[in-house]
Amino acid sequence: MPRKFTPKVITGNALLEGDVVYLAADDSWTRELSQAELITDEADAQVRLIDAQARVGEVTGVYLADMAEGETGPEPTHFREDFRRTGPSNYFLGKQAS
Amino acid sequence: MYRYDDFDAAFVAERNRQFRAQVERRIDGSLTEEEFKPLRLMNGLYLQLHAYMLRVAIPYGTLRSAQMTQLAYIADKWDKGYGHFTTRQNIQYNWPKLRDIPDMLDALAEVEMHAIQTSGNTIRNVTADHFAGAAEDEVADPRPVAELIRQWSTDHPEFQFMPRKFKIAVTGSPNDRAVTAAHDIGIRIVERDGEIGYQVLVGGGLGRTPMIGKVISDFVSGDDLLPYLEAIVSVWNVLGRRDNKFKSRIKITVHEHGIDAIRDLVEERFAEVKPLFSGVDQEMLAAITAQFAAPEFRQAPTDAYDAAYESDPTFRAWADTNLFAHRADGYAIAQISLKAHGETPGDATSEQMRVMADLAERFGHDELRISHEQNVVLPHVHKSDLPEVHKILKAHRLATANIGLVSDIIACPGMDYCALATARSIPIAQQIATRFDELKIEHEIGDLKIKISGCINACGHHHVGHIGILGLDRAGVENYQVTLGGDHTETASLGERTGPGFSADEIVGAVETIVETYMSERESAEETFIQTYRRVGMAPFKAALYPEKAKADAEARANAA
Repeated sequence: MPRKFTPKVITGNALLEGDVVYLAADDSWTRELSQAELITDEADAQVRLIDAQARVGEVTGVYLADMAEGETGPEPTHFREDFRRTGPSNYFLGKQAS
Repeated sequence: MYRYDDFDAAFVAERNRQFRAQVERRIDGSLTEEEFKPLRLMNGLYLQLHAYMLRVAIPYGTLRSAQMTQLAYIADKWDKGYGHFTTRQNIQYNWPKLRDIPDMLDALAEVEMHAIQTSGNTIRNVTADHFAGAAEDEVADPRPVAELIRQWSTDHPEFQFMPRKFKIAVTGSPNDRAVTAAHDIGIRIVERDGEIGYQVLVGGGLGRTPMIGKVISDFVSGDDLLPYLEAIVSVWNVLGRRDNKFKSRIKITVHEHGIDAIRDLVEERFAEVKPLFSGVDQEMLAAITAQFAAPEFRQAPTDAYDAAYESDPTFRAWADTNLFAHRADGYAIAQISLKAHGETPGDATSEQMRVMADLAERFGHDELRISHEQNVVLPHVHKSDLPEVHKILKAHRLATANIGLVSDIIACPGMDYCALATARSIPIAQQIATRFDELKIEHEIGDLKIKISGCINACGHHHVGHIGILGLDRAGVENYQVTLGGDHTETASLGERTGPGFSADEIVGAVETIVETYMSERESAEETFIQTYRRVGMAPFKAALYPEKAKADAEARANAA
């Protein structure tokens, strides 16, 4: 049996700045995970991913990341995505500082 | 020290010009990411978790003051005011922007530095003993030959698209401080009947499949070295597995074919390659060697040192741990710890870089070294200057007296920065160092090397740590496997796993348990951790780490009896 699709966001790194961005529902790139679109339909996710990956002048390394629905928007289900939306733990730098 | 000639300067400038144009073409859309990625990697530019990362080569770990000052300038101007020194004697900037990279590379070129071949399937930065040219126990300075290899391997047309990356390390001392046994090729300078030559090891490496290098030749003479190296890389370039990334390194080739078969192939290839070397490499080596002439060591009394050692316990503690015997009378090798308790191993702020550069200029014959253990070295300091050097280091949090001790931990960037990591390394290192500092027992524990990697690729050298820690992702939770008994020196060995891993909350306690076990098992304070481990084996450590398992085993044995 195929595995049940889990909700995802589309994410990658901005081409010029290199920092983490997420795709919002209006097709803009946001630096806030809470503003990202949580995609719950698998076919929708695949189409959105292909479109996002084609935007090579804006972003790089685009992929689908697992998320859960939280009170203030998508929430990471894995610690890697939690670090990506926060920044390093040894210095107050990256997203947490902006 | 080696200075660029016109050829070097023109080569780096041309590469920088090309890369500037490549970055422009990526930004204007002429190049796709697939096309751009190999180009950026050839110039040391990675994309990590939070940003780009620029890895700058520090050939054989040697820097002049002006170069260190420029590294500080780059950190301030285009990064976030600090840099991370790595286990391959490089420096990494963690926050550059794509548009700024060409300017950063130009700024590096101003001080004869670059980021070429710090990534990609090429021959990487050649590393060497960080005490080169200074150590009392040295047969010969490894840097001239390391520089020769750098020149030979840079942009070598045959070796730009190899099965995988290729790492070479050189030691000029029988006491191996360059981890040569864990490199694709390890070179050990040896003397035979008055002639200087090279013992060559091949097929060492850490990562997924750790291997200790095997001796392929006990003695390669000076004029045969480059053709011999070319023969080795050439044989592997053909035989190496391009079908499977995990089997592509030369350690697997050597393992699959056997060292004897590889040796025969290398000899065959050497016979073909050798006539192509006209001897010009030896002329170049002679010219390079002249540039590495030792500084003029001064003759002076060491009374100031003796007085400070006698009267200042802080200075004495630092001198006892951080100084190393120098070959010149009245001199010492001073190690600057980048492991202040609770700080990130290998990180230096731009201010600290400038302080170290200034110290090297004033007191250290203008030389600095970066060690694979992520510390900085002032290789030539007259002992009479050491109290002043120490005072200045102390004022900038650079005088931690812990070289070789439990808090002098190697840690890769781990998941705090690295896109490949499976768990974090830095916080574990910080917590272990802080914990042992609280206990105030690290000097009592003595020589103990902890090495932490945040993934199986082993940038943190965990396999050759006396205590190795490997961070993994176990079902979405950080988990840390422990190995014991690794050794990175001339008596190299790989650590053995203790058993099941520990959670992030448990790992510091587990390390404490290991250290306590060692303290109770050791025969005397002189018996080091690795000596004790080799004498008593894994059993007491296992029993202490997994008491439930030990109890269950004992009950099972009792029931069976």
